[in-house]
Amino acid sequence: MAYEISLLTIVSISCIWALSLNLITGFCGQISLGHAAFYGIGAYTAAMLTKGGMPFGAALVAGACLAGLIGMVVGLASLRVRHDFLAITTMGVGFLFLGIVRKVDALGGELGISGIPDPGLGKVGFMLLCLGCAAAATAFSLYVKRSWMGFAFDAIADDEDTARMLGVDVARYKLTAFAMGTAIAGFAGGLYAHFVRFIDPESFGFVESIAVLSMVVVGGIGSTWGVLFAAALMTLLPRLFDFIDNYKLLIYGALLFAVMRFSPEGAAGLVSRFWRRKVVPS
Amino acid sequence: MSALLDVSGLTVTFGGVTAVDGTGFAVEEGALTGLIGPNGAGKTTVMRSITGAVQPKAGTIRLAGQDLTRLPTHRRIRAGLGLSQQIVRPFHTMTLVQNVMLAAGHRRTERPLRALLSRQRTDERERALALLDLVGIADAAESYPAALPLGYLKRLEVARALALDPKLLLLDEPLAGLNSAEARRLADTVLALNGRGLTIVLIEHNLGEVLRICRRLVVLDNGRKIAEGEPTAVMEQPDVRAAYLGESDVAA
Repeated sequence: MAYEISLLTIVSISCIWALSLNLITGFCGQISLGHAAFYGIGAYTAAMLTKGGMPFGAALVAGACLAGLIGMVVGLASLRVRHDFLAITTMGVGFLFLGIVRKVDALGGELGISGIPDPGLGKVGFMLLCLGCAAAATAFSLYVKRSWMGFAFDAIADDEDTARMLGVDVARYKLTAFAMGTAIAGFAGGLYAHFVRFIDPESFGFVESIAVLSMVVVGGIGSTWGVLFAAALMTLLPRLFDFIDNYKLLIYGALLFAVMRFSPEGAAGLVSRFWRRKVVPS
Repeated sequence: MSALLDVSGLTVTFGGVTAVDGTGFAVEEGALTGLIGPNGAGKTTVMRSITGAVQPKAGTIRLAGQDLTRLPTHRRIRAGLGLSQQIVRPFHTMTLVQNVMLAAGHRRTERPLRALLSRQRTDERERALALLDLVGIADAAESYPAALPLGYLKRLEVARALALDPKLLLLDEPLAGLNSAEARRLADTVLALNGRGLTIVLIEHNLGEVLRICRRLVVLDNGRKIAEGEPTAVMEQPDVRAAYLGESDVAA
């Protein structure tokens, strides 16, 4: 049972993290290849703070705030560069984060941070907390998509020059997307740190940035349910089957390629295409 | 009447080329002004300077007394400009009615927080449908742009610009690419909009329609204004005739 509880916990955390990237990449159309950095910023911040004696809840919020703040600064880059250049910039941010945590002794260097305090909720309590947060992140995503903010994001993701011509303050919306997405990633990172109770730079590397991007792409860019499905699947499979874990990069890479080639709208696109065919036989 | 749009001393250079050279003109409130000139005269560059897509080297642009010259595009739109672009740029991921709805919700999208807190879309949808009907493409409201002919997309541009509730509507070659019946219909729509009191600047190559609906012309050639005034009087000026007849594509 303990194993199932821990699986459900990590799946919930992955879902929050994937939904956070979906806000930036799926909704607002801004690619990020360095999203693990914000997960890491939240994890390191929250871990350092609870080790320093701060209550768990406050530390989570602080991690989210710091990640969101730095995310907004990175978002400034998205105002200057687009598409592939933004991909490279955000990738750089990811490596910058790794470079810093590896070298700063106060952050544990290569050894990382161990002995992160137990939040004291018990295994089931912590799982319920993570599940609750994942549900809240899902509700928030669904709400944003249906709000006028989601509508404006759609326009920016489609064609930002035209969005401007319709009076949309593209810069402010992009910064908002980055701030929200990276703050939620930071929050997920804080949860992760207190779940595994040991973090090191490796947990937030480039592979992790690619993994979370794969979840968004495989699920269907912009589709909340699709991303949840892919996040759950791609978190569970490597833990259930060792060979998938061993060939994680290969499998994620192949999945990304297959989705882009055969179903650019991801799993959500496949489902809606199948549904349409069933409803309207042609 | 006061000038709603006042462009003065506008100079735009691209590298070493001067595309617009010290041009100025004013548009009175309620007017329907045709901005014409041969290819390369600088019409679209003037338009792009007004919307902020191009930063002029010198000159000022005022709308209803407000200086727009240094404002970013979205703030100019919010100051009361509506633009229908020469090259259609629909949002391809949205249906026609959604394209117009986004523009109709310009008050809701002004600030991200306000946008996050509003969900209701029914008013904007109704307004968008009314505008699609006004420009005559209500039948395609639920279609995606990729499936539609250019004539629809041109009219979509106009509907979207109108949805912004502009003080001044800028139309950049709205008739280009339309057949003569379609062009006539859209020109009639433009005339009707002006009849309701909307101030319009029309950049157009279709001289027949321009002369039919505009009561005032501004003629550009080589980046300079060469004439301004009553259409028939303007078209009789020798330099206007020379500018036009010197061009091979005028016959149309």
